[in-house]
Amino acid sequence: MSASHIATSRPTEDRSWGDILRYTFIERVHHWLGALFYIYCLITGLAFWSPYMYWMAALVGGGPTARFWHPWFGLAFALSVGWMYKMWRGDLATTDADRRWSKSINHYIANEDEELPPVGRFNFGQKLFFWLMFYGVILLLISGLGLWFVESIPWSLRWVRYLAVTVHVVAAMATIGAFIIHIYMSVFMEPESFYAMIHGRVSAAWARTFHRLWYEQVTGDKSQK
Amino acid sequence: MSQASTEIVRISGHAGTVPGAGLDREFRVCKLVDTTTCIGCKACEVACLEWNGYPFSETTFDNTYQTMPETAWNYWNLIKFNEHEREDGSMMLLMRKDQCMHCADPGCLAACPADAAIVQYANGIVDFQEANCIGCGYCMTGCPFNIPKFSPTARKVFKCTLCNDRVSVGLEPACIKACPTGCLHFGTKSEMKELAEKRASQLRENSGYRDAGVYDPPGVGGTHVIYVLHDAKNPELYGGLPKDPHIPWVVRFWKGPAKWIGNLAMLGGILGVTLHYLRFGPKEVESEKKKNGGQL
Repeated sequence: MSASHIATSRPTEDRSWGDILRYTFIERVHHWLGALFYIYCLITGLAFWSPYMYWMAALVGGGPTARFWHPWFGLAFALSVGWMYKMWRGDLATTDADRRWSKSINHYIANEDEELPPVGRFNFGQKLFFWLMFYGVILLLISGLGLWFVESIPWSLRWVRYLAVTVHVVAAMATIGAFIIHIYMSVFMEPESFYAMIHGRVSAAWARTFHRLWYEQVTGDKSQK
Repeated sequence: MSQASTEIVRISGHAGTVPGAGLDREFRVCKLVDTTTCIGCKACEVACLEWNGYPFSETTFDNTYQTMPETAWNYWNLIKFNEHEREDGSMMLLMRKDQCMHCADPGCLAACPADAAIVQYANGIVDFQEANCIGCGYCMTGCPFNIPKFSPTARKVFKCTLCNDRVSVGLEPACIKACPTGCLHFGTKSEMKELAEKRASQLRENSGYRDAGVYDPPGVGGTHVIYVLHDAKNPELYGGLPKDPHIPWVVRFWKGPAKWIGNLAMLGGILGVTLHYLRFGPKEVESEKKKNGGQL
């Protein structure tokens, strides 16, 4: 393999975490900003969702404070997802490789990764996660405006209030489901991808195992099929 | 009830009946608004502002006698005017004192997410506790009467308290105190209901209002503000009083089944990934699989 020429592309990155640059500094910053905004909205949103989780509002300064900031952090999250779209849209289109991969997703679930067809920078599951968050945040933002400025919705249009609540709850629950899987996959199933989001680098072996097409693309190495 | 220990039902060695035994103590209060004797003087509006310490708000003139289109966060009591043309061509000037209805099944309380921001007292008063209010406005979605109003400066929601501060020390609400025609009454729910029914039958029998009746909507479990209407079949005529008010089904679903479906789904998700980890463990890269003697 020819990791040496990849390393020269980012001489400033700490190579002790791996040979291949997976996420640039800008990508990591935007990921963690998005994570901060989402987790704030998650904690405060769950506080508003159930009396059994209302104590969570105390973690961020109490109910009124949470009510004040939740929409602003939501807006920031929407902007950060928009930025991620700008950064990653080229890697997020569904390819033929993804279609083949998704047909054998049961091998992925059972950790039989050697049975899976090779995929590019992101696998189909990661792409699904992004698109769910992308469309989820659009729905959350639109319905959230209705909850944010509920007093501005005239009484004659009160069905908008009812619709906003319904859409906000459904979209939030969908993103929470995706979020649970995202945390599980990145922190527990593939810890190296978690380190990659911090330090930026992955080992060649990791890249070859889970994102072979991307590995071949960035290294120009097709020898180790 | 602590008061029950002061009420004697049997007395030893006592000749004759027990004084006060069999007394029916009703704790539920009620405001009765007789729209048929209201003259629209708005004394109740002023009394409400005076007692609750709000300045008189800027009025909106839209060719009626109404002070403003709807109640406001600092204007809890509003006479709604409607010039209604009857089938025979005659005019009726309908006036209804609009305020919180103090529902037995309050939609605001059902929708509220903040611990103890809304309470319902045993006497039926539904009261906002502004210290606990977070200003989310969910109560504005839950209320079927368009009553709770958001204050942008306080960032909290306000509404009529049924003068809880007066009622709790044995006074009648400020609006009742100010009414010059006696169209406003205050007492126990059963007394007011009886008085209202009596007045309605009087209207039906003596005044030619065949559809006169009492508005105490069962969809919200009855209210602690009830109306006598000339035309109880068309309450909408009285400034948009809903015919069959109930907590919106969206709010019922959101605060009921949706909560449990959502909570179980979240717990299920966490349980699911935990079980997956226990069954399959973390993913390994190729070199580790080789080391472990696995097939590439």
